[in-house]
Amino acid sequence: MAELPEIFRVMAYVGGIMAFVGLNAAFLVWMERKVAGHIQRRIGPKEVGPFGILQSLADGIKLMSKQLVVPAKADPILYRVAPALTMITAVMVFVVIPFGPALVARDINIGLLLIFAIASVNVLALLIGGWGSNNKYSVISATRAVSQNVAYEVPMLITVVTMVMIVGSMNLNEIVGQQGNLLQWYIFPWNGSILLPVAFVIFFICSLAETNRAPFDLGEAESELVAGFHTEYGGMGFGLFFLGEYGHVFVGCALASILFLGGWQCPFGWMPGVHWMMIKTYLLIFVVMWIRWTYPRTTLYGLLNLSWKVMVPFSLAVLLVTAAMLKVF
Amino acid sequence: MTPLFSPLFTTEGLAGVVFFGFILLIILGALVATNAVNLIRAVCGLALCLVGVAGVYYFLGSPFLALMQLLIYAGAVCIAIVFAVMLAEPHGIKRLEQKHPLAGLGAFGAAALLTWGLAALAFRTTWPEAAARVNSGALEDVGRGMMTTFLVSFELISLILLVAIIGSLVLARRGRR
Repeated sequence: MAELPEIFRVMAYVGGIMAFVGLNAAFLVWMERKVAGHIQRRIGPKEVGPFGILQSLADGIKLMSKQLVVPAKADPILYRVAPALTMITAVMVFVVIPFGPALVARDINIGLLLIFAIASVNVLALLIGGWGSNNKYSVISATRAVSQNVAYEVPMLITVVTMVMIVGSMNLNEIVGQQGNLLQWYIFPWNGSILLPVAFVIFFICSLAETNRAPFDLGEAESELVAGFHTEYGGMGFGLFFLGEYGHVFVGCALASILFLGGWQCPFGWMPGVHWMMIKTYLLIFVVMWIRWTYPRTTLYGLLNLSWKVMVPFSLAVLLVTAAMLKVF
Repeated sequence: MTPLFSPLFTTEGLAGVVFFGFILLIILGALVATNAVNLIRAVCGLALCLVGVAGVYYFLGSPFLALMQLLIYAGAVCIAIVFAVMLAEPHGIKRLEQKHPLAGLGAFGAAALLTWGLAALAFRTTWPEAAARVNSGALEDVGRGMMTTFLVSFELISLILLVAIIGSLVLARRGRR
């Protein structure tokens, strides 16, 4: 068979990733409502389809059929650009996620860096969305989201540097390839540094904060800020923010499972593949939801203090200890 | 397939199309940055322009530099500017209407001079062959270069950053008591 032109591969991956981001968001909305329901001793959505699984499809159709309204005093261009930008960054970070041994859109050498580079642009989307709405709640929420993201990016990147030092590569497929079975997962302290479990906890907490998830969802504190930076958004503008947020949640959890839990590798060494990646990632997402519906929201100062006074010193300690251990052993 | 779309079906053609996309992004971003009505839009134009520059870095064979450009300029510097503008003036600062009659002419002259200088520099330098630079942007080489050839400048830059951090801490601290 002749090799198909490159453009078909590109188009197939773009379409596939967009479809996955959409389906993932629909599934996660349903899962979130089910998890929340069961944690609060309710049963969650149940009317649309079996177990209510088509509920988010119905929600999606509702969102898409709504009129797109730009508030009179809002900045019309920035107001429209912001949701699209969130969605663009969410789709672009999927490019380097290895779902399976061969199932990755672009297997580049610095994939890990690409994820952080593009995810950092997402903050700009929240910022211009909040500012473009010309609403005081949106602006306050956007400033909160930014200070939070900047604060948690520091310990997160330090942890990632630690991991890169141990693994010796920024290629995500290579990182997964080194974790052949359960004992070789980088979450365990015998695989390079004694503080690896701490690194995992820091990474996970930071990814919660980076994706603005509870208990760090100060940008969306309903009691003070209505709905945060997307207060003025309705219809698909709001829908895109939602798709983007769930896309980033998935990428955060997928990255945690790639770095620490062996990605698409099987814990027992048989049948590695996409299903293991999915199982691990969705289990981590379940933990994220579990945390959201269990812990109350923190305060802004508590959140920033946690980052600068706890996370940063601990991640620096992890980095130093790891460097020392790599040098000695 | 029509001749118009035929470049899309080869890898090189596709790369060319993407390259021109980045060039357009740079020009468009620069135009938005200089002509925007308010400051926030101008910063967004700047971000667009910087993303285009990152794309050009990628085409020059240094993906590491491209991603760093994205992470630092689009992801950090632009956000810092927008943040500062938002804190200082929530509704944005409108463009000043009065300007000096000779301002446009002077700006054009300065820009022309700068363009001429850069062009002269670019054409007179003998650039290394593209083949010699393959993989020169790889992560290992960048790291090795920073720790050997460019160690002094690397350390000096970190010293400057340290001074900036301590300076901002001192300034922030003074308002508190």
